[in-house]
Amino acid sequence: MASVLALLLVAGPLVLGSYWVGLLTQVVILAILAMSLDVLLGYTGLPSLGHAAFFGVAAYAVAVLSTTYHAGVWTCVAAAVLIGTGLAAAFGLIVSHVRDVYFLMITLALGMILWGLSFRWIPVTGGDNGISGIPTLLGHAGLGAAGPAAFYYVALLVLAACGALLARLVRSPFGLTLRGIRENESRMKSLGVNTWLHCYLSYVIAGACASVAGVLWAYYNGFVSPTYLDLTASSELFLMVTLGGPATLVGPVLGAGIIVLLKNVMSAYTARWLLILGIVYIAAIFAAPQGIWNLGRRSGRARA
Amino acid sequence: MTYLLTQTLNGLFSAALLFLIASGLTLAFGVMRIVNIAHGSFYMLGVYVAYTVILRTGSLLLGALAAMAVVGAIGLLMQRVFLRRFGADPLPQMMMTMGFALLFRDAALMIWGGDPFTLPYPGWLRGSMEAGEVVFPSYRLFVILVAALVGVGLWAVNEKTLIGARLRATVDDPEMAAATGINVARLSGLVFAAGAALAAFGGVMGGPILGGYAGIDFDLLPLAFVVVIVGGMGSLKGALVGSIVVGMIDNFGKALVPELSYFTLFAPMVLVLAFKPTGLYGRA
Repeated sequence: MASVLALLLVAGPLVLGSYWVGLLTQVVILAILAMSLDVLLGYTGLPSLGHAAFFGVAAYAVAVLSTTYHAGVWTCVAAAVLIGTGLAAAFGLIVSHVRDVYFLMITLALGMILWGLSFRWIPVTGGDNGISGIPTLLGHAGLGAAGPAAFYYVALLVLAACGALLARLVRSPFGLTLRGIRENESRMKSLGVNTWLHCYLSYVIAGACASVAGVLWAYYNGFVSPTYLDLTASSELFLMVTLGGPATLVGPVLGAGIIVLLKNVMSAYTARWLLILGIVYIAAIFAAPQGIWNLGRRSGRARA
Repeated sequence: MTYLLTQTLNGLFSAALLFLIASGLTLAFGVMRIVNIAHGSFYMLGVYVAYTVILRTGSLLLGALAAMAVVGAIGLLMQRVFLRRFGADPLPQMMMTMGFALLFRDAALMIWGGDPFTLPYPGWLRGSMEAGEVVFPSYRLFVILVAALVGVGLWAVNEKTLIGARLRATVDDPEMAAATGINVARLSGLVFAAGAALAAFGGVMGGPILGGYAGIDFDLLPLAFVVVIVGGMGSLKGALVGSIVVGMIDNFGKALVPELSYFTLFAPMVLVLAFKPTGLYGRA
């Protein structure tokens, strides 16, 4: 199954028109983001409802640096990822000692506060209008002639790299400890594991990956706005992971694909997209609470 | 001094609205462990329903009653048909309320359109009160008073009645409460519906000043969450104290550093979490 998905992603642009290549690019970038949330939500059991914050902040960093300060491409990419990761490192200090619903509420509030900042801090963020005029990634790097398919493959390469790194991570002793914390934190503590530090690192790693996705997203759209970090964005992301299958890494990629395609296809026919998304949420929770990727498995939890 | 006093009263007005919203949120959390993303939607629906009824009948009281009845019924339905299937598993419940929040937002846009509006003031509260140099709109004082009355009422129900005793028992330990014969399922439905109705009532109270528009749901939700987090989830007293803290800080923040108004909320939340992760009056 996973190899079919990979084949689809690699061969897609060779046969598809530019509209579909654009959609596929969205899928790939959001897949990186969804995978990063899976590390937190699926493997560590920390339900972050503010994960779009790092994505959005990195996208804003690219936008501000490339338009207001005319920074070069490497400066933009490096600074944006650093800022997003740094933010995760700062937030992590606050959130890493809370669990479950408390974690959910606090990440939600933190995410909303950043959204408020992007909305109200008009001199820097442009408020509701956002910032437009971000160059394309390849144009910014001096390779303007390359088309959207080239950017797609760059994004796919980043997805593959992030996927490989995260897959390595969750299979490592560190990743196994994260799963241990998810299953029974007090037992892990009694084994002498510093659970706070593990949760903190998992949060920062997830934030770093989300920033990478945010950088790509800013370059892909050429435009940023507060909708990148609002609650709808964070919860859509949450839906991608839960719908696809938490603690599988592949599931969230599938979830991202389903949501992006559904959203674009449906919005071509109806303006009532939010209504339908709401129904999809409710139906998805009813039909596949463990996620599509986990449907065929005997135990509810993924073995990964 | 005048400025300080006026701003304090404004802060209390925000606190009053926040208390009406957050008390239902915190109780629903205490009893059912539900993180209700749709709670801001209850407020929004309250404003819209009241608006329709007031346009037809011209009666503010009827508008308020209709808003509470309709939104309370929606809340009850949501809890009975959808949420209770998932028991005390917070994640699916939260996702479900998220779905409802999106659904309500779009349904409101479909039914009432996207134009913002404000509810009319009651005639006898149109002017303002003067005390020395401080001039303050009567309506805001009225809202503060009403919220205080609601607070006293909730306290009395919670501390002095049988339902309140059952409620406190369930917040403490749902399993033990069920074992002693308390019908937790019915109580949950009741609390959820009452919380929804209270948020709708908050919408009617805030309607003449904040108005109604698609998006007010998610504008108020983070404030309500910060209140609940600061006060401690499941605690009415926490909701009261949290509302006052957040209302004041939000108001003074907006007045002093308008660009960073959301950001100023961040500080008290971080402080509380650093010293007491479960909030001021919450229990782990």
